[in-house]
Amino acid sequence: MAQMMYREAVVSTIAEEMERDPNVVMLGEDIVGGMGTAGGPEAIGGIWSTSVGLFDKFGKERMIDTPISESAIIGAASGLALAGKRPIAELMFADFIGVCLDQIWNQMAKFRYMFGGKTRCPAVLRLVYGAGYNAAAQHSQSVHQILTGMPGLKVVMPSSPADVKGLLRTAIRDDDPVVFLEHKALYGMKGDVPDDPNFTIPFGHARLTRAGEDVTIVSSGLLLGFCEAVADKLAQEGIGCDVIDLRTTSPLDEEAILDSIEVTGRLVVVDEAPPRCGLAADICALAAAKAFPSLKAPPQAVTPPHTPIPFARELESAYLPSIDKIEAAVRKVLGWR
Amino acid sequence: MQLSREALLGAYRRMKVVREFEERLHVEIQTGEIAGFTHLYCGQEAVAVGVCDHLDREDKIISTHRGHGHCLAKGCDVVDMMKEIWGSREGLCKGKGGSMHIADVDVGMLGANGIVGAGAPIAVGAAISAKIDGKGKVSIAFSGDGACNQGTTFEAMNLAVVTQAPCIFVFENNHYSEHTGVDYAVGTANDIASRAEAFGMKVWRADGTDFFAVYETMREVLDHVRAGNGPAAVEFDTERFFGHFEGDPQRYRGKGEIDRIRETRDCLKNFRASVTSAKLLTDEDLDTLDAEVLAEIENAVQAARAAERPTADDVLADVYIAY
Repeated sequence: MAQMMYREAVVSTIAEEMERDPNVVMLGEDIVGGMGTAGGPEAIGGIWSTSVGLFDKFGKERMIDTPISESAIIGAASGLALAGKRPIAELMFADFIGVCLDQIWNQMAKFRYMFGGKTRCPAVLRLVYGAGYNAAAQHSQSVHQILTGMPGLKVVMPSSPADVKGLLRTAIRDDDPVVFLEHKALYGMKGDVPDDPNFTIPFGHARLTRAGEDVTIVSSGLLLGFCEAVADKLAQEGIGCDVIDLRTTSPLDEEAILDSIEVTGRLVVVDEAPPRCGLAADICALAAAKAFPSLKAPPQAVTPPHTPIPFARELESAYLPSIDKIEAAVRKVLGWR
Repeated sequence: MQLSREALLGAYRRMKVVREFEERLHVEIQTGEIAGFTHLYCGQEAVAVGVCDHLDREDKIISTHRGHGHCLAKGCDVVDMMKEIWGSREGLCKGKGGSMHIADVDVGMLGANGIVGAGAPIAVGAAISAKIDGKGKVSIAFSGDGACNQGTTFEAMNLAVVTQAPCIFVFENNHYSEHTGVDYAVGTANDIASRAEAFGMKVWRADGTDFFAVYETMREVLDHVRAGNGPAAVEFDTERFFGHFEGDPQRYRGKGEIDRIRETRDCLKNFRASVTSAKLLTDEDLDTLDAEVLAEIENAVQAARAAERPTADDVLADVYIAY
């Protein structure tokens, strides 16, 4: 085991996979930085420092610094993948999928199906998402609800450095297009990471991070830690919570969710994306459709409201699901009837 | 003219296959047997064949909304394509793609596209891959005068220049972006190549209804790009004999326009006149090929009609490799 930050897990995994497989290449805006300037290359190594040192190791051919052209970045990633490479494309803010959605949704995600199963498009899209930086409405969003609804994509949301390591390695080695969502407020999170160079975590397998028999709490990403804090607090009162980290939203580990509900009979889903047609609503519907006989209370969704993300500190705090809101939802299902 | 007799016969035959494939679809679509939207390439054959005759399987192409000609010219199988357009599970894409989404990565054909302008960035990616491999291979982004107005095409041209990728932007100007004339829709006064030039590429222009002009121009373009000089662009002035899609009433056309372009701007007629007057081939040579091609297309249609239909179970297949 090694202690490292979430950010370090990203860059070390990319480095290891680029070392292992010469077909792995990376492209994105400022992943090198300083190109064409007097200061020279690798002036930044990614605005989140998630590609620091890679230009020196792997050079210009494999570390492709791009103009601000998101459609071209994603399209080029598709072309590289169809031609046999394993591209990792970075969008420094996940919100920018608005610029290039066609290349993700109508192109990359659909090639295999449209072309009768004869193509492979092993591309990884690394998107930096999430609120907590007061970055307002166009630099803070959680986009997994949009991308999870797109057949052909796999969607990954790691919540810890170890999960970054195991899931990103799986993503890079996967032969389907994978969206890898990194929460910007988790980049500084420290944790133990296995040293095994082949440590991978399979997609579609949720992780039980707290075990209890009274309530099932389902979450992912940044908010998972909030849910764990609530579970730890309630444990002191003798209330047991299963906390399930989904890890991937596509594929979704329905079995882990349903098995837990069968025991607890109570479900709270905590999600950072807006409420309508979202992941939380989807999982509540899953419980209603497939675990109805077990339910002792109506499933509760804890999400932001149906608004854009506001700027001011007080407003962003009020917008996001908080530990208090999650605790209130858990107490609500516990106190039903 | 440096082409051998064999090369001339081959080029004519490949253009004729595209022509008769499309002419036959134009008839068959009216019977209702073929589902969905179909956009015919008739009239532009000299471009697809004049470009692809220089390529091998390792060179990649990305096609357009009007992709049948590019697919056939790059080596997609005629019968498998016809079966795909009929929606058979024996089709090139198992009936999942249809006319607008034909692809065959094994022959370097990375896909026709239902989204105008979406192909160019993908072609740049394939070109960057070719550059990494360093074997002198290229990637062709076929685009029309419609796609030249999409931001994706601009982004792709700039990225290709920045990365010095061996990508060739082939703009087929057939004078109509769907139902709107280029004189209106292309702000640079019906000149697309100048846009590519503005992005820093060397550009060429040629008559896209003259196979020899296309072929010789592409020889120069490919020599330039394969030598490692980065991307390039070429604009071919060509004609679309049918509407944007099958069923298009074409009210935007001038009186007698289609008769005129079929008379004076038909690449197959022009090819025949050129090679027979130069005594390189005889009318008999070409008539023999015409008969062969008609039989091949008839065979493909019969095979498509008889081919196995997909079943409801097939809906679920091939979304992912593993899920």
